[in-house]
Amino acid sequence: MSSYEARFKVWRGDADGGGLEDFKVEVNDGEVVLDIIHRLQATQAPDLAVRWNCKAGKCGSCSAEINGRPRLLCMTRMSVFDREETITVTPLRAFPVVRDLVTNVGFNYDKAREIPSFVPPPGLGPGEYRMMQEDVDRSQEFRKCIECFLCQDTCHVVRDHEENKQAFAGPRFLMRVAELDMHPLDAAAESGLDRKRAAQDEHGLGYCNITKCCTEVCPEGIKITDNALIPLKERAVDRKYDPLVWLGNKIRRRSASSGG
Amino acid sequence: MSVVERQEWDVVVVGAGGAGLRAAIEARERGARTAVICKSLFGKAHTVMAEGGIAAAMANANPHDNWQVHFRDTLRGGKFLNQWRMAELHAQEAPDRVWELETWGALFDRTKDGRISQRNFGGHEYPRLAHVGDRTGLELIRTLQQKIVALQQEDFKETGDYESRLKVFQECTVTRVLKDGSRVSGVFAYERESGRFFVLEAPAVVIATGGIGKSFKVTSNSWEYTGDGHALALLAGAPLLNMEFVQFHPTGMVWPPSVKGILVTESVRGDGGVLRNSDGKRFMFDYIPDVFKEKYAETEDEADRWYDDPDNNRRPPELLPRDEVARAINAEVKEGRGSPHGGVFLDVSTRMPAEVIKRRLPSMYHQFKELADVDITAEAMEVGPTCHYVMGGIAVESDSAAARGVPGLYAAGEVAGGMHGSNRLGGNSLSDLLVFGRRAGLHAAEYAAGVTADRPRVHDGQVSSAAAEALRPFSVEAEIEEPAGGPPENPYTLHQELQQTMNDLVGIIRREPEMKQALEKLAELRVRARRAGVEGHRQFNPGWHLALDLRNMLLVSECVARAALERTESRGGHTREDHPSMDRRWRRINLLCGLTDPTGGLTATDPLRGQIALTRETTEPIRPDLLALFDKEELVKYLAEEELYE
Amino acid sequence: MATGTEPTTTDPHPPGGVRSVNRAAIAAPHLRTDRWWLAPATTAAGLLAFIVYSTWRAFANADYYAAPYVSPFYSPCLAENCEPMKAGPNWEIFGSWWGISPAIIILIFPLGFRLTCYYYRKAYYRGFWASPPACAVAEPHKKYSGETRFPLVLQNIHRYFFYAAILVAGILTYDTVLAFRDENYEWGHMGLGTLVFLVNIVLIWAYTISCHSCRHIVGGKLKHFSKHPVRYRMWQWVGKLNARHMMLAWTSLVSVALADFYVYLVASGVFDDPRFF
Repeated sequence: MSSYEARFKVWRGDADGGGLEDFKVEVNDGEVVLDIIHRLQATQAPDLAVRWNCKAGKCGSCSAEINGRPRLLCMTRMSVFDREETITVTPLRAFPVVRDLVTNVGFNYDKAREIPSFVPPPGLGPGEYRMMQEDVDRSQEFRKCIECFLCQDTCHVVRDHEENKQAFAGPRFLMRVAELDMHPLDAAAESGLDRKRAAQDEHGLGYCNITKCCTEVCPEGIKITDNALIPLKERAVDRKYDPLVWLGNKIRRRSASSGG
Repeated sequence: MSVVERQEWDVVVVGAGGAGLRAAIEARERGARTAVICKSLFGKAHTVMAEGGIAAAMANANPHDNWQVHFRDTLRGGKFLNQWRMAELHAQEAPDRVWELETWGALFDRTKDGRISQRNFGGHEYPRLAHVGDRTGLELIRTLQQKIVALQQEDFKETGDYESRLKVFQECTVTRVLKDGSRVSGVFAYERESGRFFVLEAPAVVIATGGIGKSFKVTSNSWEYTGDGHALALLAGAPLLNMEFVQFHPTGMVWPPSVKGILVTESVRGDGGVLRNSDGKRFMFDYIPDVFKEKYAETEDEADRWYDDPDNNRRPPELLPRDEVARAINAEVKEGRGSPHGGVFLDVSTRMPAEVIKRRLPSMYHQFKELADVDITAEAMEVGPTCHYVMGGIAVESDSAAARGVPGLYAAGEVAGGMHGSNRLGGNSLSDLLVFGRRAGLHAAEYAAGVTADRPRVHDGQVSSAAAEALRPFSVEAEIEEPAGGPPENPYTLHQELQQTMNDLVGIIRREPEMKQALEKLAELRVRARRAGVEGHRQFNPGWHLALDLRNMLLVSECVARAALERTESRGGHTREDHPSMDRRWRRINLLCGLTDPTGGLTATDPLRGQIALTRETTEPIRPDLLALFDKEELVKYLAEEELYE
Repeated sequence: MATGTEPTTTDPHPPGGVRSVNRAAIAAPHLRTDRWWLAPATTAAGLLAFIVYSTWRAFANADYYAAPYVSPFYSPCLAENCEPMKAGPNWEIFGSWWGISPAIIILIFPLGFRLTCYYYRKAYYRGFWASPPACAVAEPHKKYSGETRFPLVLQNIHRYFFYAAILVAGILTYDTVLAFRDENYEWGHMGLGTLVFLVNIVLIWAYTISCHSCRHIVGGKLKHFSKHPVRYRMWQWVGKLNARHMMLAWTSLVSVALADFYVYLVASGVFDDPRFF
């Protein structure tokens, strides 16, 4: 139908420096920001680096910041902008830049490795798993995650404080802890691993001040804060800050051990 | 040129989709030190796009289901061209592969009694697809990814290094499989981020790179699907099988233009969605082919009853195999009964309450809302065929997934040929990945363990010619001064012309003169591609990456075009307007693609001769006990006289 | 790039945050073009208004009882210096030594409940502390340790305040029942104040029940919902309310202030409570 010329500012550069470059580029009906970036590649800047893959909001590769907000390039329609507006596209600002719109997201893969994996229940073979839908609903919501890492990017705990990256797993991976802790057949507890305590002690759950930016940016609409982080905080409270629970456990453990 | 870094591994897996990861897990569990190389980030593979489910005869939803029924459906879907042994193994092993995923943490949707829920899909007699809403592929890839992390955590505990036995090289591209004599000796690759070259030395290489869709304009495939694995195998001397069979998924989005081709899952139809033309007619009833007449409903009433009572009613024709539905849509549009943007209407809004749609098809709801501003709970979707899957691929041994003719080379997943015959059933892809991914990993690891005393070597000459080939696009500008060439070519333009050519001339309906024209155009593009030049440097340079991928797309496209021209019948994913019916004599014929000049690499620039030579091969007869699973009347439709009486 | 084996360079004295050395060189602390400051500013203004109003009313120690209505700020009234309220929440636990406004004793509990509430935490961390002021807008602080250390680690006792809040809500319910009397303590009457109290108590309960701790206690802590169908139902129910926790936090805050203000107006004689019957 109709096309127009849009003004773009795209960050170009690498770890040694760079800046916003101006472009004027054609925009057609129904296009998304990623289409425009591709048009720039094909016509004006063939070596403009951008990470993308499925172009349907399912793989979580094309994460960037558009007008200062973390978004997927492929899921941001041009029609949400004013035609007069200059649209600014930058790489994710919480991670080290590689080139142009591509950042090194290795932080997230490091953190993924620090979360102990699913512990299969002993004594249950393949094909013998029985789980009720209502018991898997919660973890299934978290498994919708496409690992775009927009939540990790927007979270001020690491975005604004590089030094916290060591201690803090970030919303995506705290949600992973919650997912496993709510998995109806995860046998971590039986194997001596307390995921609730670990969330607080090993993965930095206490750094989260539940300001909900992770939920705001999630392209999958996962209620990260309300359904994963806060429930996990409550579970950690059960373990660490609830004297009644603590006392109860103490008594139970004592009677169990004296009982032989 | 600086010395190219080398590392030693036992098994190298190229591709980190479902098949690649499953192969890597198996190889590592069998004790092989395993490296995985993938073009994207770890966990982003195209497998995430699979929506419907994993076909496996677990009989959770219908107790009559078993592997024999699944096998039968698969062969019917593939019009009996399948490598029957692969289809047999696939049907037998798929349930174990699905159950195994649960022990790695996968969470499928459940039945009332807590088992894995299974849904209906086109071509499957019973509800058979294990699924998670409409994001099954994501669940699969995430589960495999997390299993790999679990293995790395084990290795970390033992060795202090996460990557001591299993390492993922993400955002790296393999451009050549290296050989020592006839045997595989490793791969040559570059890091996309830095442009740095490196070599992984390994006696066994598993190719699991997926498909070729990016050679077509309208496709559901991502940018990674440039036929890399097909080309790597060809260049390494392994033949490709039946490349003419390309599946056009009947329902891709047709509007807006930027998302044209993106998939609309078959579950929409499996769960009750119907296809209508601009007259509002459910036209699929007019397109039931003879071979399927007994299996499909003839009236709308019967079709609608089937959803609740499948035992006493026949299924709706919307659930015919994909090739049939795609052709029907194509015909409707051609005859002027299409939707405003050149598709047909796929409607769930009048069939289910909005709440049910949102729950059962959440990502479709999301996709249309976000990308097309269409609320599928209130209005119909516009859909049309989109290039989705290639049934053809590397010719492999059925049991071991070993590529024919090249010791040490294995292939699994979409890149391997044979399993699906001329047309793949929905849901059979994810199970294929798991079954043959595992087999490829297993046999690659065993093979690697068997050659420790006599490991193949990587030769410097091969490494430097691979490096020179990869760097060529940067030197084009300088070379152009000489009169031999022409102006330097923009790789993006070449790619667009290639896609247009394949789409228009070797697309869903094929004609001899058009395919000949396509071959000429491909030859022209091949010459121009040698002048594809790029600006800038090697650090994350998409222009350069595309220039390198062009080689693969051109090779694969030529295979498709030549094989399609050769096969003078219509079967599954290959429809000839000039040979509209299925020909039983072709059932036993496989077409193998090889390089015309196996020694000279890519020097075959002669436009007429081309790079690809075809050979015909007659397949082994189907084992009698498997044939006995079918009625005689049905077999008569597919098998040649002499086969029936063998 | 291998999966994250590259060590991230940690400079001991980085410029910090989004301007750290290895990140994309952009000087601006954020590039948002929308009115991102509006939400935190409104939040801060709203909370501030309530703080000012409630401080004044809590310390006023006057005009909190106009039969049959007792201001929710002063209920229960736990000191001897309380105004006598017939059958009302007068329990002189604190005796005569308590000299200042009796509201202070009881307000600790709802205050603590709201202060440690997961929604209010978000609101004041954003609105008052600017940590962060809005998503992807750099916060002004050099260091950040979240809720890992004293005093913020105390946020974890939210559930105790929740238990207390239930008691308080119970007493306010009692007050609302008492509001079905007239000024002569005759039962079966209703005035505009009764209506104000009714609306308030519904919102107070809805806010209290929608609390995240409550959601955890009734069912969220379970691993297998299928084995506890009743608690699963309750959890779903609380979950629905919980999705509106923010809305309920604000409306109940306003309603409690309004209820108090209504009592103030009647008690100080600005107008008489219009009686319905």
